[in-house]
Order: sequence, then structure tokens, then C-alpha cells
Amino acid sequence: MYDYAAGKVDWMAAGRPTEGTLAAQPRAGQRARRDVPRSRLEERAGEASARALAAGWQMSVVVNDHDIVLGVLEGLRLDAGAETTVAEAMRPGPSTHRAHEPAAEVAAKLAKGGRHRAIVTTPEGELIGVAFLDDLLATEVRAPEK
Amino acid sequence: MPTMIDRHRLDSLLSEGAQLVEVLPAAEYEEEHLPGAISLPLRQIDRDATTVLDRSRPIVVYCWDAL
Repeated sequence: MYDYAAGKVDWMAAGRPTEGTLAAQPRAGQRARRDVPRSRLEERAGEASARALAAGWQMSVVVNDHDIVLGVLEGLRLDAGAETTVAEAMRPGPSTHRAHEPAAEVAAKLAKGGRHRAIVTTPEGELIGVAFLDDLLATEVRAPEK
Repeated sequence: MPTMIDRHRLDSLLSEGAQLVEVLPAAEYEEEHLPGAISLPLRQIDRDATTVLDRSRPIVVYCWDAL
């Protein structure tokens, strides 16, 4: 006999599928764009910025070797200082959301806080993706890719 | 005493054919449960209820969270 002590909330927060009458409810994890650029602490901020901009993003999520979110690189500029590292340029410890949170609830929190995107992670802090306000409010389910 | 496991160990056990048992009230199970789980609400478990389980396969119980 085994006890999955972290339970249903852990499963859903990791973006895993469920069954039941509420299973089809749009969740933040479903609406998150999983192709968000990632960068590492030791990288040059300019290089990370250029890579993100080339992919059509205005941000990059800073992660460690285990894809755990450490910070976010925003206000990307191609001419970021040549010697500036991501660690120096990032905003550390951004607020994050779990994948099982209803999309509408996350959208309401974003709107209340004047924000337009949410970083979605597993309970362990592993990056799932970034959900934009428009995507969270969309009535139809779409593919998570950008 | 049951062995505590995390999500990654659960994945392994499921791949080995483990049975998932949700012990929350039936109404919560109806709303949302893990794929393939059966409902055996904790307050209704008795000797007969467990006959639906295959004792030759691993059994994993879960509720809402660790609290």
C-alpha cells in the first residue's frame, strides 16, 4: 500500500490530466505558452535578450539546470551591457502560479495587479510556461504553443 | 503503514499497473480525480469495500493534499 501524500492538488498543479465534471475547466497550465525562452544565470544578458527577441518574445525566464524558476529577464534590449550577466539583470523571485489554477481566476489576479502575464510552474517550481492575459481569457482552448 | 511516495514514484507504480484509490468524499471524486482512479471515501471504507481492489497489484491511495 502506498500513499501519494501530496495528493490531487500536486497532480493537478503539475499540469497532469484529470477526469470528472470539472476536468474540462480551462486551467492556467493549459493556456501557458511552453516555448517561452529560458536563460541561465551565468549567461550574458545581451545574448539571452537577443535570443528571446529573435524568437518574438519580450522576456526570458531564468532557470537552473532543473528548470526551476529563479527570475525573469524583462525589458529586453539587444544592447544590454556586454559584461552584464543574466544574474545581474534579472528580476529575482517572480510570483508564479500553479497549472491547476482556473484560467479565469489567474486572469482576474493579473488584471487586479495590472499585470498581463503569469509564470506557471509545478509545485516544485519547475517552469511549465507563461500564460498571457488574453490567452487566459480566451473562451476556446487552443494549443499551448506560441 | 503505507509507504509515502511522490509524483515521480507514482508514475513508476502506475506504469507497473498500480491501482489508484481516491479517499475523498464521492462528490469531490465526481468533480475531479486522477485518471483511472476509483472512489473509496475514507468514511465509507469497510471490509467489503476493499473487495473491489486487486491485491496482486500495487495500491496507491490519495486525498486532496498533504495537510
